[in-house]
Amino acid sequence: MPLSTQPQSGNDEYVLVASLDNVRNLSNILKAISFKDHAIFNATQNGLKVTVEESKCLQANAFIQAEIFQEFTLKEDVVGFQVNLTVLLDCLTIFGGSTVPGVSTALRMCYNGYGYPLTLFLEEGGVVTVCKINTQEPEEPLDFDFCSTNVTNKVILQSDSLKEAFSELDMTSEILQLTMSPSHPYFRLSTFGNSGNAHYDYPKDSDMMELFQCTKTQTNRYKMSLLKPSTKALALSCKVSVRTDTRGFLSLQYLVRNDDGQICFVEYYCSPDEEVDEE
Amino acid sequence: MKFRAKINDVGCLNHFTRVVNTITKLTKTCVVRLTVDNIFFVLSGKVANGGVSMWCELLQVNFFDEYQLEGVSEDANEICLEVNPENLSRALKTAQNAKSVKIKLTKKHYPCLTLAAELPSLSSISRVVTHDIPVDVIPRRLWHDFKEPSMPDFDVSIYLPPLKTMKSVVDRMKNLSNYLVVEANLSGEMNLKIETDLVSVTTHFKDLGNPPWGASQSQSQSRDVEAMAHARVDIRKLQQFLMGQQVNPTKSMCNIVDKRIIHLILLQEDVSLQYFIPAVA
Repeated sequence: MPLSTQPQSGNDEYVLVASLDNVRNLSNILKAISFKDHAIFNATQNGLKVTVEESKCLQANAFIQAEIFQEFTLKEDVVGFQVNLTVLLDCLTIFGGSTVPGVSTALRMCYNGYGYPLTLFLEEGGVVTVCKINTQEPEEPLDFDFCSTNVTNKVILQSDSLKEAFSELDMTSEILQLTMSPSHPYFRLSTFGNSGNAHYDYPKDSDMMELFQCTKTQTNRYKMSLLKPSTKALALSCKVSVRTDTRGFLSLQYLVRNDDGQICFVEYYCSPDEEVDEE
Repeated sequence: MKFRAKINDVGCLNHFTRVVNTITKLTKTCVVRLTVDNIFFVLSGKVANGGVSMWCELLQVNFFDEYQLEGVSEDANEICLEVNPENLSRALKTAQNAKSVKIKLTKKHYPCLTLAAELPSLSSISRVVTHDIPVDVIPRRLWHDFKEPSMPDFDVSIYLPPLKTMKSVVDRMKNLSNYLVVEANLSGEMNLKIETDLVSVTTHFKDLGNPPWGASQSQSQSRDVEAMAHARVDIRKLQQFLMGQQVNPTKSMCNIVDKRIIHLILLQEDVSLQYFIPAVA
């Protein structure tokens, strides 16, 4: 360790270095959770976890495994910081996020440790951009205590079918009611809007249904405004797993395939709006 | 005063339309100066438009098949009109497939540029769409405002990177900041920089090349080739310039007068566009 108090910008000073040949592998998945400015970054040997929260009722997590990066070096067991996600996304797409094959932006992301900015080096076609994004003290993310042993109902759907349903949902309805049941209607989305009530049913033997494991009839309501951000993740994903636990908490897990065919996960947790009277 | 001109060629018409569309993106109103050889679109730097000025020059023979001009007098054989370029570009839009377009200066209840487009028709009866675009005729005593701006005595002149790359960088930077610093040196390097409470971003372009301007620009001759000249400008003005580009310039360059102004020049064989953005403190 050099004794100088002014840290050099050499590689050994960084507690986190992550490189990508194609920045879209990071920027796309971050877009899936960009509904609030503050994002909590948490890096471990497994990779990077980015968390965004809303009103203590909704939490979105994006996981980018260490293998996705061409280089992922971590000097400490855990490195955490918080940055403005909107600013980060503007920086990551500074070259326009070209989708032309053969043209991609390379990224090298470095973090010097507590109090230092997050430094990004982006390169495309010989042009280099250096960004220094100020970091903040990381907040402790909420623990939704969503445990797989408490899951009562679970289905896995092709995202396309849910995209269609979400695009047709009546957005004048304040809530989305989700019914999951081992018997009819199996999997039902309901809205209660200005122009009436609507139900969207999926039969359990539908082609779109990859897995159907419902043990108990459960009806829960979720605020539409809270679920809306999750459509960003839905749009990028190919499969989605919908789970509810005994308390009625909702977990949506999205499987996202990136440009190189690798798989990443985005997950949303949402708390139920209110208790529904059992009749 | 008399002005009438006619375009018969579709290629020329499209080219002219693109130039007018570019002007439309850059300014709400401008002055059209008509001379025997040229058409100029001029915006002089007023405080109201943020001190930005523009000078676009077309050679009339490259666009018009017929062109007649009688200026205000024999010793001042030209006409200056104030127009809203958007009106002109809207009129040209309907003339897209026209067989010919005639433009003339007319006097209805007020002075107009009348644009008559003869559209293709299946029958023998021709279809003509006419637009009357109101204009203000600028009296001769005010003409001195619309002279070609002199080339500023710049510190650094540099070729611009591909405008598309520059546009996407400037678009993103605009989301982050209101002001941007342009800096360049005589070794072909240019940087675009922003800095705010949240973030600092610098994009480095290199190997751009510096245009040879000859010995007249003596100031830049003795300059250290590594030394950066810089100007801090309103990012929206630069974005506007990059957004409006519909002409595909064969050459694009930028002159910087340190802390004073940036001067952007786009050259195509028969069109040249100059755009001046003043620096802010």
